[in-house]
Amino acid sequence: MKREIPLLIVGITGFAMLIQYFIPTDWSEFIFTYSQDWVIVIGILALPLGIWSLIKANVLKLKVPDERFYSAVLLAGFLAMLVTGTKRESLEAGSTFMTIFTNVLIPIQATIFSLLAFFIASAAYRAFRARSVLATILLVTALIIMFRFIPLGPISTANLSAVSWILSVPNMAAKRAIMMGIGLGATATAIKIILGIERTYMGHD
Amino acid sequence: MTTGELILNGIAAFLTLCIFSFLYRDNPFYKFAERLVAGVATGYWTILLYHTNFTDKVIEPIFVYGQWYYIIPSLLGIMMWTRFSRKWSWISRYSIAFYIGISSGVSITVYLYTYLFKQLQATIATPITFDMAGLNMFLIVVAVLSALVYFFFSTPHKGVLGGISKVGIYVIMIGFGAGFGLTVMGRVALLVQRVIFLKDYFVVLFGG
Amino acid sequence: MKILDKIMLIDRRWIYLAIGLAVIIPAIWSFEVPVTVSPEVKRIYDFVDQLEQNDYIFVAVDYDPSSLAELNPMTEAIINQAFAKNLKVVIVTLAQFGPGMVEEITSRLAANHQKIRGVDYCFLGYRPYPAITILAMGVDFRVPFPADYYGTPLDSLPVMQGIKNFGDVKGVIDLTAGNTADFWLIYGNGRYGFPLAIGITGVMSADYYQYLQSGQLFGIIPGVKGAAEYEDLVGFPGRGMEQMAYQVIAHSVIILFIIMSNVAYFATRTKKDKMGGGAL
Repeated sequence: MKREIPLLIVGITGFAMLIQYFIPTDWSEFIFTYSQDWVIVIGILALPLGIWSLIKANVLKLKVPDERFYSAVLLAGFLAMLVTGTKRESLEAGSTFMTIFTNVLIPIQATIFSLLAFFIASAAYRAFRARSVLATILLVTALIIMFRFIPLGPISTANLSAVSWILSVPNMAAKRAIMMGIGLGATATAIKIILGIERTYMGHD
Repeated sequence: MTTGELILNGIAAFLTLCIFSFLYRDNPFYKFAERLVAGVATGYWTILLYHTNFTDKVIEPIFVYGQWYYIIPSLLGIMMWTRFSRKWSWISRYSIAFYIGISSGVSITVYLYTYLFKQLQATIATPITFDMAGLNMFLIVVAVLSALVYFFFSTPHKGVLGGISKVGIYVIMIGFGAGFGLTVMGRVALLVQRVIFLKDYFVVLFGG
Repeated sequence: MKILDKIMLIDRRWIYLAIGLAVIIPAIWSFEVPVTVSPEVKRIYDFVDQLEQNDYIFVAVDYDPSSLAELNPMTEAIINQAFAKNLKVVIVTLAQFGPGMVEEITSRLAANHQKIRGVDYCFLGYRPYPAITILAMGVDFRVPFPADYYGTPLDSLPVMQGIKNFGDVKGVIDLTAGNTADFWLIYGNGRYGFPLAIGITGVMSADYYQYLQSGQLFGIIPGVKGAAEYEDLVGFPGRGMEQMAYQVIAHSVIILFIIMSNVAYFATRTKKDKMGGGAL
């Protein structure tokens, strides 16, 4: 019963949602609407799991001398947001809660991702070499795309036309083929889940 | 900028430089900023979830508007918390099953429509004319078919099939090259935004 | 040969320094870069421009602060255009750190254009699970969002009177850095068929041209360059156009590095490299 009933639930709800698409009546729309609504509520109540895991892990790390300070920093940041966010009005611009968001979270998150600019330059330097025909094609295409930023008069005009052609013909065709494969794979996975062939979401006993 | 804004932007600038210090090597300033953002982000999301999601979709429907049927999905959501217990984690499967079943069911038709039917239609239903647009359309058909052949691994890529698959991989490499070229722009933009922020701040700080 | 070997094995921190200098130079000596508008960006501008006063558009701001460099400029340009044309704007965010940025942008731009929250625009707020939220909004915005971000029931907001779902808005513009664009395509346009355009980061840009060609999207704003083009069209120059000078210098430096490394590679390539060098 620990595995069979969930499999039955998946099969029934999955099949119901699949055929609902082809039955546009009032009662099928009612079932569709409230099933989405209920899934949103289930999802909202499931999210604290992740938050609890992170907090619990860092509370335990307070006992480890090397990690104590950094875990304390994490927990202090967490508590600061909890304390300043007790009222719904704190979600509006100008509150202490949003001030911390704007002056701590935004700069740090934005800067962490800005490091990628350095890494991509380093990666381009070290790995982007015309070692083979395929690598050369990739390299030349990337250089044509990158050249569009450099204003070189009539060369830029020709380059922009080339870029437009590359993006809307060969690039588009390649990505279309890849996405069609992904779409087929995703559909097959969904069918396997409904039929009970794919069960990894249930975990282990 | 007021004094308060100067101080707050100063904190933001300091934290920005803490993260940039990682470029030299990992150091306590970077670790401090990294952990701080993890804590602040978790706290932000907790408060946001509570005030906007939990209140609007659970508390108010049940206790303010008397929509008692919301107790059922609420219980299903609470059942997910049993995942933390080895003995009782099987209970969470009922909630997961409900979510997975509905998600899988709705996705089949729309995945096929979006990723397959509309893409096939756009590839083969556009007429091939004797001009530049027509030539491009012909090239698109050839390129899509050859790229699809490249991903067909049920038969060895030999002979005619091998030749077509070779055209396919060349097309795919053009796609990846285009992706890389655009990625550089994206990554540089992220860095530029931080540099502009630091420039604006230090100009105000030292320039008055 | 020794110099070329050294070039091949240069410490990455020198490369970081070069990139750092490349983006600092325009901060000191700025210059204007001409912007050529691409057709896929112009289509979005024309779509919004041909709407009439009090028409509704739906803007989904689905990105986190990690992508604000590229997406904030286009978000501001679109909302500026919508407010200037006196359109009614319904905004949602399906990104977990999006609400803070939306709140900052909308409150600032609304003040600039004398727009009133709840009367001229509505910020629905944030919900997790984008796919399910989009499907639910397609039935009725009130299903996932009984109240707006500030807790006001949607039925009591003048701007939400008479509009129920995507059928009542002229189009949806999704500004995103992740796979939310796919969810809007699959569950939004795929299920409900409304006109959809996207504003995306440079990393993702190359992946969505097939939807433009198939008609599933009516426009794409690709990365910060697209944002600069849109700002140029709208006439509200902002961070997008400001970034272009930096992009020119940084791209020049990176192209130089690539050429330099390939020259060094070919000059030092041995017979062993020639025989073994088949893969990338």
